[in-house]
Amino acid sequence: MKKLFASREALLMIAIAVLLGVISLRFPAFVAPSNLLGVFNDTSPLILLAIGQMIVILTKCIDLSVAANLALTGMVVSLVNIAAPGLPIIAIVAIAICFGTLLGMFNGILVWKLAIPPIVVTLGTMTIFRGIIFLLTEGKWVNSHEMSDAFKAVPRADLIGLPVLSWIAIAAVILFSIVMTRTSLGRAFYAAGGNPQAATYAGINVGLTQFWAFAISGAIAGLTGYLWVSRFAVAYVDVAGGFELTVVAACVIGGVSIMGGIGSVPGALLGALFLGIIANALPVVNISPFWQMAISGGAIIIAVILNAQANRTQGRIILKRAEHAT
Amino acid sequence: MSTTRNIPDRLRSPLERNLKSWETLLLLVAIGIFVANSFASPYFLDAWNLSDATFNFTEKAMIAFAMALLIISGEIDLSVAAIIALASTAMGAAAQVGVGTEGLVLIGLSVGLACGAFNGLLVTGLGLPSIVVTIGTMSLFRGISFIILGDQAYRGYPSDFAYFGQGYVWWVISFEFVLFALIAVIYAVLLHLTNFGRAVYAIGNNATGALFSGIRVGRVKFILFLLTGLMSGVAAICLTSRLGSTRPSIATGWELEIVTMVVLGGVNILGGSGSIPGVVIAAFVMGLVTFGLGLLNVPGIVMSIVIGALLIGVIALPRLWQMWRH
Repeated sequence: MKKLFASREALLMIAIAVLLGVISLRFPAFVAPSNLLGVFNDTSPLILLAIGQMIVILTKCIDLSVAANLALTGMVVSLVNIAAPGLPIIAIVAIAICFGTLLGMFNGILVWKLAIPPIVVTLGTMTIFRGIIFLLTEGKWVNSHEMSDAFKAVPRADLIGLPVLSWIAIAAVILFSIVMTRTSLGRAFYAAGGNPQAATYAGINVGLTQFWAFAISGAIAGLTGYLWVSRFAVAYVDVAGGFELTVVAACVIGGVSIMGGIGSVPGALLGALFLGIIANALPVVNISPFWQMAISGGAIIIAVILNAQANRTQGRIILKRAEHAT
Repeated sequence: MSTTRNIPDRLRSPLERNLKSWETLLLLVAIGIFVANSFASPYFLDAWNLSDATFNFTEKAMIAFAMALLIISGEIDLSVAAIIALASTAMGAAAQVGVGTEGLVLIGLSVGLACGAFNGLLVTGLGLPSIVVTIGTMSLFRGISFIILGDQAYRGYPSDFAYFGQGYVWWVISFEFVLFALIAVIYAVLLHLTNFGRAVYAIGNNATGALFSGIRVGRVKFILFLLTGLMSGVAAICLTSRLGSTRPSIATGWELEIVTMVVLGGVNILGGSGSIPGVVIAAFVMGLVTFGLGLLNVPGIVMSIVIGALLIGVIALPRLWQMWRH
């Protein structure tokens, strides 16, 4: 019982339940199932990106280029769609994933082969990716009427009562829950960040593992890029500007330790949902959306303080056990 | 890699060391850019144009000096641009109720110091990683500006307040440039000629070792965060005075340019080494590059590609060079 309360996921669930409860006191319509599904759908891009970011952070890295990757890939697939409107959507999705992966791999190779600190690499590629969008388009927008109908239809298409966008987020949660807990690659991510030296002795190539983390984060960002521009039916330089910080915030709130090695897919999911609910609730409870930024900043700080406390007590408990054992 | 290494039988002469240093290389680059610019545009070699060009880097460089010390000590502050926004907003709000120039300066500096103290307290007091803390405070500080200002702007600063950003001390020598030079000298002395400076290097190379040598690691780091906050306050005064208005989006993305300036100046992003003269030359290099590209009508976002590429390039090239030599 105590262990259940101590777990970050349980705490977050309680926090989310309290949050929803408070909102429902004055605005019962907000917690209607249809609205909650809408909130989930709205948060799906954040959930996807948070999962990718979590994997990168697990390996002691950080990927600040996800939002720029999303915007660049979104623009590239929009341009492909204009150039070849007849191209089937499955090909568009494949292009988005491959292109995003390549951008992620570029980050990864700089971190792996040249051992450049990830924060420097991704701060740099963040501006480079956005700059490339400008070079591709000279700052012009790709608007709704230029995109083919099939291109725009996918994320909204209804599948057993839920939009495809929501289903993709659900699929990613399930897929990566399995990858992170049931495959050797998943365990390697934890090992590479939790204790790089021990991981090396155990035969894990830490640099290569980090490279794959960036590749996965890039692939997810690329896919989300297509979903984003097709859902909003517009692509331009500043798509998802500053969203990388929201993604990192979702991870930190979800209990992912920035020092690496600690975190889980359900945690990232709940962290993203927490921010998504706040973002959707602000206009409902009549608070200016300008509060959003300060709230997520405050949430990051509180979460990182809680994370540090949690890790500290964990350490003490292990020590006590060791003392009892001897 | 070869197993036998050439062990030198004597130290390299001071002259040789200076000639082969990063700073010398950077100086050559700066001269090269200067010459190239004067060939590329007939408007470059004009005293007033060159004086205008210094505004491209003076405010950023003031923060970069404090940031250099912080990075040498192994920490980082990504919230500097957000501190500018908050300090500028506070000054704007005060100007609306008729506070005079002295009062505005005092408010700008105090907000900077307070923000620096908040960062420093979280990092040194609670032992949290500075990257996440300052990503959090970056959203928090700028978020507060957004809450206060929304989509509005503050104007109507007292007329003598304009001197800080628009005044000239003598002929083309602006007040900002003199302030920049003065701050450069102060930080060069602080880092290279005082016990405090040696302590900064010691902490960056081996924090535990420094602690056992009697250096108060936490206190030194706290002072460095204070100084970075203070410099952000100074930069906020100059920038607000120069623009004559405050929007919450003021100085967006400056944290990246400031970190780039510091890294370009030869400061090791992992801490432990770097020099103030290097940062000074790097400031000139970045100022000349942006000014030269501006004269050639290159849009700002393309310049940001150059800056992003510079950031990655200056770290990658020496490592590629070493890999190639082995």
